[in-house]
Amino acid sequence: MQAEESYIDLYKQHAKTLGKSCSLLLNSKRDAAFEKFQAYGFPKANQEEYLHCDLQEALSIDYGLNLNRVKMPINPHDVFSCDVPNLTTKLFFVVNDQFYKKDKPAGLPEGVLCGSLNDLTRTHASLLEPYYTKLSEKSSDGMVPFNTTFAQDGVVLYVPAGVVIEKPIQLIQVLHGAVDLMVNRRLLIILEEGAHAQFLVCDHALSSMHFFSNQVTEIFVGKNASLEYYELEMDNTNTTRVSNTMISQDASSRFLMNGVTLQNGFSRNNINVRFDGEGADAHLSGMALAKNSQLIDNHLFIDHAVPHCTSQELYKYVLDDAAIGVFGGRILVRKDAQKTSAYQSNKNLCSTREAKMFAKPHLEIYADDVKCSHGTATGQIDETALFYMRARGISEQEARLLLKFAFTSDVLENIRLEPLKDRMRMLVEKHFRGELAKCAGCSAGNCS
Amino acid sequence: MLLEIKNLHASIEGKEILRGINLSINEGEIHAIMGPNGSGKSTLSAVLTGNPAFEVTDGEVWFGGKNLLEMSPEDRSREGLFLSFQYPVEIPGVSMVNFMRSAVNEHRKYRQEPALSASDFLKLMREKRSVVELDSKLANRSVNEGFSGGEKKRNEIFQMAMLEPKLSILDETDSGLDIDALRIVAQGVNKLRSPKNSTIVITHYQRLLDYIVPDMVHILYKGRIVKTAGRELALDLEERGYDWIKQEVEE
Repeated sequence: MQAEESYIDLYKQHAKTLGKSCSLLLNSKRDAAFEKFQAYGFPKANQEEYLHCDLQEALSIDYGLNLNRVKMPINPHDVFSCDVPNLTTKLFFVVNDQFYKKDKPAGLPEGVLCGSLNDLTRTHASLLEPYYTKLSEKSSDGMVPFNTTFAQDGVVLYVPAGVVIEKPIQLIQVLHGAVDLMVNRRLLIILEEGAHAQFLVCDHALSSMHFFSNQVTEIFVGKNASLEYYELEMDNTNTTRVSNTMISQDASSRFLMNGVTLQNGFSRNNINVRFDGEGADAHLSGMALAKNSQLIDNHLFIDHAVPHCTSQELYKYVLDDAAIGVFGGRILVRKDAQKTSAYQSNKNLCSTREAKMFAKPHLEIYADDVKCSHGTATGQIDETALFYMRARGISEQEARLLLKFAFTSDVLENIRLEPLKDRMRMLVEKHFRGELAKCAGCSAGNCS
Repeated sequence: MLLEIKNLHASIEGKEILRGINLSINEGEIHAIMGPNGSGKSTLSAVLTGNPAFEVTDGEVWFGGKNLLEMSPEDRSREGLFLSFQYPVEIPGVSMVNFMRSAVNEHRKYRQEPALSASDFLKLMREKRSVVELDSKLANRSVNEGFSGGEKKRNEIFQMAMLEPKLSILDETDSGLDIDALRIVAQGVNKLRSPKNSTIVITHYQRLLDYIVPDMVHILYKGRIVKTAGRELALDLEERGYDWIKQEVEE
């Protein structure tokens, strides 16, 4: 428990400092979470779930935590513009793990809350109290209670019953600092009955320090509500990201998630969907593009706890150089969850001999009237297609690029925001051409 | 002379398939290469286009005065060599438009010509599509994906029309075609003929040669050209089959 020790001491000594600027609700959950973290510790590579994802090295770095809530002297608008052409969004920033307050939410429908977790849990405590930590409390991953112990701010999106937000909301989370830094990010998204929203989260690292981002996202999709949730990671190669996203879906709700990792160091994404009402539908897709010695590990768990729900998963990886991809996809169909449909597909392309892919589909079915399927395949570039293209005068390099791009096309097709889809296509092509360092949207120019 | 093959030997996985091919083709000529199954016809087209699965163990190939065997597959194409594949490859996710645009522009770059504008390119696509009556819907789909056998072969000739090669090799282009599709494909090839370009028609049967009339017919057997004659040889084979050739060779 070496890495844990220093954080345990930190909390024991600084719990007061930590809570000084925080809402009662955030503070009220810390001690219980701290107990849990002490019991669980950080995830270890000897646990099956983390077999190919060893966090030890990343956790051995001595990160600073901004417990005193020192304001970062940057205006994210100045150093960063991540605009998606033709996509008008409501735009918000999180700098490290603080909501950037100068952005006043304007033009959102009445009753919608979108802003700082710390502020809104103060002003709307009774509204948010039933949700905050409701899903995270059940997690057995040590990173989750660790986050609850240290979380000081984050973002809330609350959409009241029947409200449809027409424009997508975009949240840009930047990592910035002159020292190695750990951030505990927290997102809480609540859609009441019949509500609709589209939410896009982009992660960027603006400096080349070592960053450890530990994020917990709790999402509640109410009856007949629908949420599209997009995530794009474009951090630096020194970033470690651990993200736990927990979703609870009520009856007849629809949830679409598309998670794209374009540039990273070491990323672990846990996505847990639980169906709490009948007739709900979850569509999870994602893409992981990695090169050099990057690692991307996506672990999905879908809990078909009730009958008549549908889940679809499509995850694709393209691994270059000595990159490592990990996919774990567990689907649990409980005893009474009849008429469940669950489909999982994971396809991977290793374009070098050194690239490695570990894939583990895992279906547990206890109901007898269900439709379930899973398929996973890992292969190389299709040599016959490559030769066919070269025989038409297309250079080998260009042909490989077109084939890799083609491989990812169906994941991009699942993006329902056309301008975002176009932007993603452009970014993916840049990734394959090795031009992503010259990220057009980033005027800071020091992404690496 | 456009193509000169001298004593070409090639093997796959250590097994020798071509055992000393000699063949010369002038500009404007059509040559048919016939022969029983397994005689090396498709290997010859694969070796000429640089398929990495085959190893050339001896011999030389000169194309337009250049050493063909030293070139990458893409440079052979850019120099004007075209293969109509016996089994065109399906490439899901790559649209015909993007595929052809990459190919055409890489050819132009090689000749130091500027890339075609989007509108000029689409105009060219429309114009060439009509050569083989290729449906515009197919041009918007992924390369060969879900195409019928006949559509795939027409798509090959469409690509040939787009790239305007000096030498086209039609590898069993007639296999799997009904009589109407065969006529359309053959008419397409004939429309693209000029005194400058040449064609090698590789076929097992004579019927395609009713439409594309060869100047010379070669018979390939056990990796060698064992007989060369005019068009009448093809008709002879149609009537008598390949057995008499085999017997002649064995003697």
